[in-house]
Amino acid sequence: MNLDALTSTTGEWLRGTGPESDIVISTRIRLARNLASFPFTHRATPQQRAEIESLLRDRITRLDLPHPLRYISVTALSPLDRQLLVERQLISRELANGDGPRGVAFDEREAVSIMVNEEDQLRLQVMRSGLALEQAWHEIDHLDDLLEAKVCYAWHEQYGYLTACPTNVGTGLRASVMLHLPAIGLTRQFEKVFRSLQKINLVVRGLYGEGSRASGDFFQISNQITLGRSETTVLSELQGVVAKILSYERNARAALMAEKRMELQDRVSRALGALQHATMMTSDETMELLSSVRLGINMGLLDDISMDAVNELFIHTQPSHLQKLVGGPLDGEERNAARARYLRTRLRHTA
Amino acid sequence: MQCQFCANPATVHLTTIVDGQKTVQHLCEACARQHYLVEHHQAELNIKAAVHFMLTQQLGPEAEELSRLTCPECSIKYMEFRAEGRLGCPRDYEAFRRGLEPLLKRVHRAVRHVGKRPPHYQQNRQRLAELYELHRRLCQAVEDEQYELAAQLRDLIRARESFG
Repeated sequence: MNLDALTSTTGEWLRGTGPESDIVISTRIRLARNLASFPFTHRATPQQRAEIESLLRDRITRLDLPHPLRYISVTALSPLDRQLLVERQLISRELANGDGPRGVAFDEREAVSIMVNEEDQLRLQVMRSGLALEQAWHEIDHLDDLLEAKVCYAWHEQYGYLTACPTNVGTGLRASVMLHLPAIGLTRQFEKVFRSLQKINLVVRGLYGEGSRASGDFFQISNQITLGRSETTVLSELQGVVAKILSYERNARAALMAEKRMELQDRVSRALGALQHATMMTSDETMELLSSVRLGINMGLLDDISMDAVNELFIHTQPSHLQKLVGGPLDGEERNAARARYLRTRLRHTA
Repeated sequence: MQCQFCANPATVHLTTIVDGQKTVQHLCEACARQHYLVEHHQAELNIKAAVHFMLTQQLGPEAEELSRLTCPECSIKYMEFRAEGRLGCPRDYEAFRRGLEPLLKRVHRAVRHVGKRPPHYQQNRQRLAELYELHRRLCQAVEDEQYELAAQLRDLIRARESFG
């Protein structure tokens, strides 16, 4: 399976369009589902896992969808390709690093992905650019119905959809909104904003989900509770909280422009300068600098660089993408030099 | 500091923090041995036994009963689930109901699902059970290199899958 073609695009979640896309990068909803007549993945024998994979692969590839899904066996992929899919948010790190028969199906837009034999046998995922919880829900709800017509889900009258971990039981739904909050960061208001989130059972994570730290002022906000609250209730609670955070960020941006415009302009220009001229660049530093450039574009402080180009750089400077683009494996130092070279070339014509 | 089981001085101290609530257990070496926390020939703590010990202390008098629970379907023990955090099969939700409900209450503040139901569940259950069985036999036939049987089973599956 050749995944190199993926490196010429960015995929749905980094398209940079959709409602509130100056702050909201993307919306993601996932549903955890399992089959009624098998043990959960970690308890299934290798033979059972193979049976589950072959059954689900067959059902998934026969789904009647406007954008057909392509199934890829993760077992057959190189570590670099697995990491590439993680960077594109098509698979989880758990699926990439797991063992036994497992795979993923996704469409060419990279808006839908279905993981097979992750912690749960099925992890359905729909991604949208910008803030689009309702549309994402409609799409995944429909996808779930289509699949459920072909397989028998593990379901319980009282507990709902049954999952390997009781923290997901009930709806099996996890909705996440990825936000870019540089002004809240610059004005040091994080604690105030996020303290209120914990009270209402929402969690904040970094760009690459569980266990990842926030870098470049990107944050994911998701629901934790899956039992006792309907999908629509959970989504509208999340929508409400995101609306509040958006207004905090917009106010902070306006305040920065009113009170510290020169300082902000300086920060943005320096960030772009470093990206254009550095000889070594780590992944983290790239994120921080691109974050400032992204803010600069949104505030009208930079006009000859497009948001599309910045979004593309976010993904292309990730370790696996970079190694794919330069056509070979690179260790830490080489990789940092290659990243700086890549950024220099891409940003050469920006004033 | 005295051992909580006898009057001897405590040398083993276990701290558990659940939902911000800190509890500390103090044991003397002999009592720690009795609970398998330390073994005769080793200086280190037996981690598995320590987890089990702390869980039983947390769960109270019901713990002994819970620790005997085993799923008849996948044979996972309740205590294995508590140690690993993951259940073995869908049946466990019934088998471990008594232990699970307090946990669900703590995590979700609820024990009853509200929301979507699988729309085809009832009508497909029987038909799908048959299909799973055919599929299982197909996988076995392929594994055993019985290709003629496999082809027959595949045709049978296709014929029955007309709804899919």
